[in-house]
Amino acid sequence: MNKFKGWLGNEKNHRFLIPLIAILLGFIVGSLVMIISGINPSKLFISLTRSVFGINLDKIGTGKSVFNPRYVGEYFVYCMPIVLTGLSVAFAFRTGLFNIGAEGQLMVGSFASILIGIMVPGPSFLILILMILGGGLAGAIWGFVPGYLKARFNVHEVVVTIMMNYTALYLTNYYYKQLPGSSNSKTIELDEGLTLKSEFLSSITNNSRLHWGFIIVIIAIIIFWFIIEKTTFGYELKAVGYNPHAARYAGMKVERNAALSMMIAGAYAGLGGVIIAIGTFGYGRVLPAAEGYGFDGIAVALVGGNTALGSLFGGLLFGSLKAAQPIMQSSGIPRDIAIIISSMIVLFVAMQNGIKLVLKHIGGAK
Amino acid sequence: MDVLYSMIVLTLIFSTPIIITAIGGMFSERSGVVNIALEGMMMIGGFFAATAIVFLEKSDGWVGTSAPWLALLIGLIAGGLVSLIHAYLSVNLGADQVISGTAINLLAGGLTIYLSQIIFNQQRTETFQAGFIKTTYAGLSKIPLIGPALFTNIYPTVYLALILVLVSWFVLYQTPFGLRLRATGEHPHAVDSMGINVYKMRYIGVVLSGCFAGLGGAVMVLTFDTQYTAGSIHGIGFIALAALIFGQWKPAGLLGASLFFGFSQILGIYATSFDFLSKIPAEYFNAFPYVLTVIALVVFSGKTVGPKAAGEPYDKGQR
Repeated sequence: MNKFKGWLGNEKNHRFLIPLIAILLGFIVGSLVMIISGINPSKLFISLTRSVFGINLDKIGTGKSVFNPRYVGEYFVYCMPIVLTGLSVAFAFRTGLFNIGAEGQLMVGSFASILIGIMVPGPSFLILILMILGGGLAGAIWGFVPGYLKARFNVHEVVVTIMMNYTALYLTNYYYKQLPGSSNSKTIELDEGLTLKSEFLSSITNNSRLHWGFIIVIIAIIIFWFIIEKTTFGYELKAVGYNPHAARYAGMKVERNAALSMMIAGAYAGLGGVIIAIGTFGYGRVLPAAEGYGFDGIAVALVGGNTALGSLFGGLLFGSLKAAQPIMQSSGIPRDIAIIISSMIVLFVAMQNGIKLVLKHIGGAK
Repeated sequence: MDVLYSMIVLTLIFSTPIIITAIGGMFSERSGVVNIALEGMMMIGGFFAATAIVFLEKSDGWVGTSAPWLALLIGLIAGGLVSLIHAYLSVNLGADQVISGTAINLLAGGLTIYLSQIIFNQQRTETFQAGFIKTTYAGLSKIPLIGPALFTNIYPTVYLALILVLVSWFVLYQTPFGLRLRATGEHPHAVDSMGINVYKMRYIGVVLSGCFAGLGGAVMVLTFDTQYTAGSIHGIGFIALAALIFGQWKPAGLLGASLFFGFSQILGIYATSFDFLSKIPAEYFNAFPYVLTVIALVVFSGKTVGPKAAGEPYDKGQR
């Protein structure tokens, strides 16, 4: 027991203990809220199991089919974009920058891929690649602006990225409507060859919307890990994040790195937009309001400790809370409990100084 | 001329929640705590005000007749209570204020709709019969020029916002408390050395911001809407943040910026009645405040603007 207490108190373990405790506390608070409002919290966990594994616990013993792979497919559809926005936020965090702008970068990424898909003629395969790269590039430009303003004018990136989210929302909405054939709510559907949709993936998951976007996600995770862990550039980014003064003193170009890191962060979010636009939907959508992928990305990055693999796990966690929402609503639980739980997890991660104190106290530190 | 007067009135009405919320943001940031949760606190205020008025307006006597004002008060209190979370995290735990603010924005979006489903069994609150009603003030509206612009077809909440600007200016610049609050946002260590409790000042700043944002959200729902929905606040909290920055963290500045941003939204609606504006799409007017704020930040970047210690947790032991 004492050994366990010491293990809890050891600061080396806090890096992964704090997200775990935050997740646990988030679910506890969520369950309490449900109990107070007269709902059995077990329904929450039944919905989560069904959305993640496709297993309907309510049907066990009734003789009906318990497993439906469609839910598994849809679960990954929910996870993929927020893994990418998570990587985006995490990458900027590594340089000590807070990218609240993943939302806007994602929107311009979506828009650029749709724009290219509709306007540029050519062989499908080439155009598809151009759409993916174009979406990433658009996101990168949208991320470069706050990065450059930070580097050149020392303007705080949080404010600029918030403002650019709304700018992206309104401008893309306008330009979607200007594309040939668009209605007031969406553009024309792209040819099947110009999307990431897959009949094969859809057929093995009982007609879910699962698409090839997961390949982009996997490549993105590997590139993130490679840049941060294996390149001089990544080393410099980390150094700037830890201590910008020391990094500057060591001769690193702190300002240039800030702009570059926001650019890469923007590219990740832009790719998130690409897979939503041409993977999940296959057409451009005029949005009444932001959909929250960027804010989910912040949650993902925080829980994942701003690492590549952590963002993957964070994405799988928050993706489950997103995917479970329709199931919750149909089984009589207000879906918004999932949002409450997500936000509480973020809140508890923000409280990490307090959690650390408690852990050290348990560990017996004076 | 009539178009012009109605544009002025509408600008005032549209700007009201922006002004009130931006004042709140000013108190928080001037005390040294960045508050990007204004949007979420507005949602909380708007939701509780809408819920309160649904129940209050059914009762008899003075409670029924003054239901909108009581609902405003409840929105204000709710906003203040939620801001305690932000205050505790930012002041006591030294948390990252942007993360804390993000979490509160997320929480507010989820909590308000969750509670709507628990209380009203739907994704929004029930509709209320009457929020605030546009009034024409009989004597005052006859005054030439001012009358039709300030006293015709207008909500009483507009005056509330203008009074609050004056009061907040007075508190911030003419009282010892205001001086202390401003100093806390600039040099907390100097303030501490004078025997003033930095934590207490920041708590007051953040809770005031929550109260004002709650009030702003309540005003917004009770004047523009007939119920609270997920889209009731739609980014006005962030416009208020933009107005605060564009107005250089000063009462007169944020008043001007809020009116200007309100006006740009109105222009979007009226654009069709002016030839030279009708070609500009409404979305451009919507995006205008945000683009302008970024430009303003760049233009003002050479000077020292904004509270110096904003965003940094106060650490007594730091040198």
